Amino acid sequence: MNAADAIPNWDSLIRPHEVRGSMYTDPALFELELQKIWYRTWVYVGHVSEVPQPNDFVMKSIGPQAVIMTRDKDGEIHLLLNRCSHRGNQVCLKDSGNAGSFTCPYHGWTFTNNGKLRGYPFPTGYEGVDNSQLGLGRVTRMSIYQGFVFGSFAAEGPTLEEHLGGARETLDRLVRNSPENEIEITAGFLKHQVRSNWKFLVENETDGYHPQFVHASIFAVAKSGIGDLYSSKSTAVSRDLGGGHSENDLRPEFRRLDKPLGWFGTSAERLPDYTAKMNAAHGEGRAREIMIDGTPHVMIFPNLFVAEIQIFVIQPLSVSETVQHVTAIQFKGAPDINRRLRQQTMGSVGPAGLLLADDGEMYERTQRGVQALKPDYLYLGRGKHREREDEQGFVVGDATDEVPTRGMWRHYRSQMEAD
Amino acid sequence: MAFDANDSLLLCEIEQFLYHEARLADDHQYEAWESLWTEDGVYWIPANGEGGDPEQVMSIVYDNRSRIALRIKQLLTGKRLSQTPRSGLRRIVSNVEMLGRENQDLRVTANAFVFESTLRGDLVWASRNEYRLRRVGGELRMAYKKVTLVNNDKALYSMSFLI
Repeated sequence: MNAADAIPNWDSLIRPHEVRGSMYTDPALFELELQKIWYRTWVYVGHVSEVPQPNDFVMKSIGPQAVIMTRDKDGEIHLLLNRCSHRGNQVCLKDSGNAGSFTCPYHGWTFTNNGKLRGYPFPTGYEGVDNSQLGLGRVTRMSIYQGFVFGSFAAEGPTLEEHLGGARETLDRLVRNSPENEIEITAGFLKHQVRSNWKFLVENETDGYHPQFVHASIFAVAKSGIGDLYSSKSTAVSRDLGGGHSENDLRPEFRRLDKPLGWFGTSAERLPDYTAKMNAAHGEGRAREIMIDGTPHVMIFPNLFVAEIQIFVIQPLSVSETVQHVTAIQFKGAPDINRRLRQQTMGSVGPAGLLLADDGEMYERTQRGVQALKPDYLYLGRGKHREREDEQGFVVGDATDEVPTRGMWRHYRSQMEAD
Repeated sequence: MAFDANDSLLLCEIEQFLYHEARLADDHQYEAWESLWTEDGVYWIPANGEGGDPEQVMSIVYDNRSRIALRIKQLLTGKRLSQTPRSGLRRIVSNVEMLGRENQDLRVTANAFVFESTLRGDLVWASRNEYRLRRVGGELRMAYKKVTLVNNDKALYSMSFLI
């Protein structure tokens, strides 16, 4: 297939419960995905708390493109592209910092942190030039929900809130666990690369079937209860939230256990400061409910995975190389739980993580596996016969069912087929 | 620092300890490697440079003694998929320097160069290591090991072996 002149035969590539192996290996498809998904739909870029002060900036990305997220002197957030408008040099090489302007090292053009061209050396050489047309490139649209900053290269299209759709409530559910109803991303990121197609990662994030097998080694020695949440007896559900978004809703299990902070493997007694603040913020009854339900396990298509205590940001570099940027979620104004959130995150994720190194191994072996041409399809039919609608009209399945994966592919196909 | 004959003997002992530690890690001798740690051992692999305060920011590894034990227990299950099969490993530890004493500990630094062969392919890890070594019952033990990878500011492939 050549993306430039051939239309993929989607009926052959993606079926309701199976997809072709080439969906993960075809470089032309990857180029098409950049156009149809990564450079069109809303993509998560960063969090407002990463640039708390005027003139703060942090280097982010949308797919293979670097994006500088800045906060200007007036407090506005901007998503700028790291490319001098003169001859294309990179204007910023730092991962983060505080700067009112960026000066290109090549010919000294200087841009303010809202993207405008401030000036250049030897200006007499540019007589009559309209500087207002020579600012930095920017991500076409920017929108923020609960502090999560998203960007879209499409001038028109759904609003961010429309894009989030059924997943919007999961972000509300997340921040509700903070006594100040705000989360912060302040602990820095681990960057974990895998030689695998990005979609294997997206699928795995809400695959409730693998934990018992891939993570058996750590569940056995850590006496973790996580494995039981994904057993065939679990009352948790997998949910297709529409728009490619999906979640493993573990609340039925947590409510059955009926223990505040049980979702986090701890107790209200062990985190008294956090508990007191939650009680003060919400009242004891409501605080208890929130602390039983815990935070979501939700994949927001295409690149933001909220995994209870951490966020993963998926960055595809090529058809077979992907980076997961991961850090602990921090609840504003709750230092005692935040320390535990960092410690648990560090133990479990990143290149040496007790969980994620093994997921990474599966991603890479699967990428090699699909180089084999037969069978033609990957089989994604688990739990198809027991799919059902919940009270809100979302399709749900048992904890270990492949409802999320099927939902992702349905949405993916609609995006790829759109003009 | 000024050197005398006693220091030369000590440096020799330190080097032998570091080579031994390296060989146990290369050979996946998990329990023997774990036994080199003191009871308060800290194993630290910072991310993003020298690492800020590991109590505040993410590190690739920041294990206290009980988490070191957990990491070893997981490897010993034989089901840690990222080490099944195990990485093929050989490392060179060199440029060993004694930096001084801190309370009862010897502060030592070295460079390390690790060749790793995995299912994905082969790669090289380079680091500056800092150790705090302590004499316990006549033997040197490791109270602290910090592994600062040269490329820890970039995205890294999985590294679930003992580095």
